[in-house]
Amino acid sequence: MATRPGLMSRALTGWGFALPFAVLFLVFTAGPVVASLVMSLTDLGSADLLDPLGVDIVGLDNYARLFADPKFVTAAVNTTIFVVVGVPLTMALSLLVALGLNSGLIKFRALFRVGYYLPVVTSIVAISVVWRFILQPDSGLLNTMLGLVGIDGPNWLQTQSTALPTLIVMGAWRNLGFGMVIFLAGLQAIPKELYEAATIDGARKWAQLRFITVPMLRPTVLFVAVITTIGYVQFFEEPFVMTRGGPLDSTLSLAYHTYNQFGFGNYGYASAMGYVLFVVVVLLSIAWFRLLRNNVD
Amino acid sequence: MTSALDTRTETLPEGPPRRRAGDDLRSRDHVARVVLHVVLGAGLVVMIGPFIWMALASFKTEGEIRADPPTFFPQNGTLDNYHTLFTRLDFPTYFTNSVVVAVVTTVGNLLFCSAAGYALAKLAFPGKRVLFLIVLGTIMVPSVVTMVPLFVLSSNLGLVNSLAGLILPFLAQAFGVFLMRQFILSIPDDLLEAARIDGASELRIYWQIVLPLCRPALATLGILTFLASWNNFLWPLVAATTEDKYTLPVALALYAIGQNQTRYDLLLAGSVIIVLPVLVVFLLLQRHFVRGIATTGLK
Repeated sequence: MATRPGLMSRALTGWGFALPFAVLFLVFTAGPVVASLVMSLTDLGSADLLDPLGVDIVGLDNYARLFADPKFVTAAVNTTIFVVVGVPLTMALSLLVALGLNSGLIKFRALFRVGYYLPVVTSIVAISVVWRFILQPDSGLLNTMLGLVGIDGPNWLQTQSTALPTLIVMGAWRNLGFGMVIFLAGLQAIPKELYEAATIDGARKWAQLRFITVPMLRPTVLFVAVITTIGYVQFFEEPFVMTRGGPLDSTLSLAYHTYNQFGFGNYGYASAMGYVLFVVVVLLSIAWFRLLRNNVD
Repeated sequence: MTSALDTRTETLPEGPPRRRAGDDLRSRDHVARVVLHVVLGAGLVVMIGPFIWMALASFKTEGEIRADPPTFFPQNGTLDNYHTLFTRLDFPTYFTNSVVVAVVTTVGNLLFCSAAGYALAKLAFPGKRVLFLIVLGTIMVPSVVTMVPLFVLSSNLGLVNSLAGLILPFLAQAFGVFLMRQFILSIPDDLLEAARIDGASELRIYWQIVLPLCRPALATLGILTFLASWNNFLWPLVAATTEDKYTLPVALALYAIGQNQTRYDLLLAGSVIIVLPVLVVFLLLQRHFVRGIATTGLK
């Protein structure tokens, strides 16, 4: 009779499909996000795992402590530099490569695309092994090559002034393939008729780039900017495997400092720092949206 | 592949007045072509050079690796580094752990995310909007935010230092369900409705109609999850506390950092072993992969 199942049975079917995901997701992702906020308001430490009653609510103390913690300030400055320099650098390089590959002048495009993308899919540990070796002060490949042209290369990773810039360049090297792939897709989605019409109107390539490519690419730029920024704010793996945050904390990042505090058993404090990172990620994403959305039309 | 710019130059009108402009453009294109190849080629060397160098160096003796000036091709090629790695260090264990974690995580995500994605896209049930909003709300959460509670939770559930503890937190991920939902939304309702009228159960519709149609999205999700899991670093570093539970990246990183004198010969061979499966997956599936990332990115 009734071909349509009843309300109850439809609810059951829907939840039947969603439930395994929902349970795992609530327990291991959404739950911890909330728990982290609660923990950040307590003095929870590793010792409390055995004695949960010893936990006290301390309100916003952890957040207040952050700004009195010189290591936090150092880490915040380092992370800011990494993001402010690294994101534009990475995006500019990936856009240039994408424009080059999309120009129609390049043979073996697939080879280039795979090659530029390779670091993105490679384990950071393997990358760190190679780069630490290449960057060795005396017999490393880079300084040997610099030596050939008479430049005495520094100990890149162990000098305070060069460690962070080195990691920024490495980050750009590692991530530019991601932006390149997205930019290539964005470029190919621009209707060819626009360029054809512009050519008939006598527009030069530079004008076409300025007045067709750049405006049409804005949504793609927004996407790459948001994803790259989210990744770079969480800057952790590079300093962990390359410099251990040194020398003298010059590559200590917020995520690394959080990891260390967690390691020391200061769970409440680490959670507060994690939340600060979360808020920064959200604010920067909103900023990108504002910046790039407003200019449309 | 030729782009619009290229075709356009080729098809310029051949009439006498325009001829010169065409020649001019063509020779300028020629210069641009050479310059672009040189610049992008140099970039390519910077991008993949380190990997080629790593692969070659893994066949060198430790003495040769430390030679000053460095050599490019191995003088006396040897497999000793790989041999030592697999006999002296517990590499087979790390490798197996990595494979188990990555494969189970991938299969789990394909299954759970596609099922939930189907429910969110095509079925009506109470709480659907809330569930979707929670998923969207957590998509931007940095991994250090969940690290602490996840560790506390894992230690309460007895999951610390177990392979299950490395897998469970990543079995159901926001990105995966979002991707699957978006893709399944594009499947026409009529198709599913027709199957329902024919008496097919929802399970059968999901398994025999939705999943086969989702192949491109499943391929993308599968590859991305496998790579992310294989390369995952922070959580295994935190949650695997004894050597027999290490994954390859953790083992290699702790080995590299923990030693007084870095044994680059073993590290380089270990790195090759980490990169090799990824390289194979990537080269075999790179078409899917690049297209998948591009489409997910733009949706």
